[in-house]
Amino acid sequence: MSEEDDIILSELDDEELVQQMFDDLYDGLKEEIQEGVNILLERGWEPYDILTKALVGGMTIVGADFRDGILFVPEVLLAANAMKGGMAILKPLLVETGAPRVGKMVIGTVKGDIHDIGKNLVGMMMEGAGFEVVDLGINNSVEAYLEAMEAEGPDILGMSALLTTTMPYMKVVIDTLVEQGIRDDYIVLVGGAPLNEEFGKAIGADAYCRDAAVAVETAKEWMGRKHNSAATA
Amino acid sequence: MSNAFTDLLAEKGTLLADGATGTNLFNMGLMSGDAPELWNTDEPQKITKLYRFAVDSGSDLFLTNSFGANAARLKLHDAQARVHELSRVSAELAREVADTAGRKVLVAGSVGPTGEIMEPVGTLTHALAVEMFHETADGLKAGGADIGWLETISAPEEYRAAAEGFALAGLDWCGTMSFDTAGRTMMGLTSEGMVDLVHGLDNTPLAYGANCGTGASDLLRTVLGFASKGGTLPIISKGNAGIPKYVEGHIHYDGTPELMARYAIMARDAGASIIGGCCGTLPEHLVAMRAALDSTEKGPAPTLEQIAEEIGPFSSDSDGTDGNGPTRGPRRGRRRA
Repeated sequence: MSEEDDIILSELDDEELVQQMFDDLYDGLKEEIQEGVNILLERGWEPYDILTKALVGGMTIVGADFRDGILFVPEVLLAANAMKGGMAILKPLLVETGAPRVGKMVIGTVKGDIHDIGKNLVGMMMEGAGFEVVDLGINNSVEAYLEAMEAEGPDILGMSALLTTTMPYMKVVIDTLVEQGIRDDYIVLVGGAPLNEEFGKAIGADAYCRDAAVAVETAKEWMGRKHNSAATA
Repeated sequence: MSNAFTDLLAEKGTLLADGATGTNLFNMGLMSGDAPELWNTDEPQKITKLYRFAVDSGSDLFLTNSFGANAARLKLHDAQARVHELSRVSAELAREVADTAGRKVLVAGSVGPTGEIMEPVGTLTHALAVEMFHETADGLKAGGADIGWLETISAPEEYRAAAEGFALAGLDWCGTMSFDTAGRTMMGLTSEGMVDLVHGLDNTPLAYGANCGTGASDLLRTVLGFASKGGTLPIISKGNAGIPKYVEGHIHYDGTPELMARYAIMARDAGASIIGGCCGTLPEHLVAMRAALDSTEKGPAPTLEQIAEEIGPFSSDSDGTDGNGPTRGPRRGRRRA
């Protein structure tokens, strides 16, 4: 490594630093991201601006390239891990400064399904987009979902299933929400490799999300609709 | 190396494998969320019936009901202590069906993924993964499986760990990966990348290939990718019977028996010699595939255009092997040394 290849983050101006943080997120460099976040804080940036302009901005690029088949799961996990490093610094500050909330999601794989790679990606990308995420982990029964939704009051319920043997359980959960008259209180998003849009519709979900990047886009879109309908109601 | 699998493959040239396990078990009353492997001891007559579907439909080999019989997955059902037993019993039931088939039928012991992400990206260590695969393989061997059959793998690290697990158990094996993300595995491996991976192993499988994924068209494209890379080992093609739809309370795959028959012919033409179905593939699909394979000669490899026209569109424009895949945009800052 030659001297001129070294990048001293603190010597970059704000714009260059944010661009460099995009690249460092893309490359999954956690320590560099934490350093960048701290430098921006020292320069007087609002925590919310660091989140949206540097971290969310960078993860949007990662998400788009994941959606387009340029990046794959290992790279996205590393990027999300770097993002989390930055988030760990920002989270308490965001609470202190009363930053606006993008939305809240409860997420988990359905009963019998251990395959949580996709679910974890969605959770991380949603956090990367500024959402608050309550992760219920794997193997969730109807009761577990209902309990968490009661306790957390999320805007969005996310369910994931990878297997032919577990996919129908999503419908069990949605049917229960309908029975209890609370289906319309939530945006229900479903995902999992074998699913498709038609399947999502047939079981009564609001949308099927092909991958984590699409999940974020869809969540934002539905949150926007929710705000609009709330404003006109 | 000679064993029942290589002998039968040499004798017949092309082997018809089996169809779906999950889809068929659902049709027999398995509830969503339950572990199919528990039926090996709780509902053995239904598992025997599942195996007979394949044998009666003309399969030369069928997979045991042990896809999720590893410690990581059975833990969900508090059955992690029963890995060896459930694997063994799945093979014992299969052995009985195969040995009374009236013709040579092979028992392939199914081994699915752990469901966990391996180091360095994830937390599952290589040693622990090897141990889990070894345990399942031991049980399958004890139950009389002719061969181990790794399937639906995404990560090269996990494929390698399984190869070691089979070596420790002393069980010959075949292994397929699932190419479900823009023509690659979830972890980004291309069909060509898998050929390199497989041929570079110390304990090479007897055959390798692809299963599941996103429909029969994508699977055929993957087989073409294997063949063009020019490996020496036989190629396996086990595609889904179309894509899943939700019809009247259960999952239905939209591929017809005629479509799967055409898929089987094209898979052989593309270079596969072990051909079967995966999710959604029912006995009627297998019967049609058997008839089609038996009544036609191997032809020239299909083009991507022919596949798209006859079987359906691909899920992505490129599968990463043609140099035309998407690439990342220009970097904004400087690259770190």
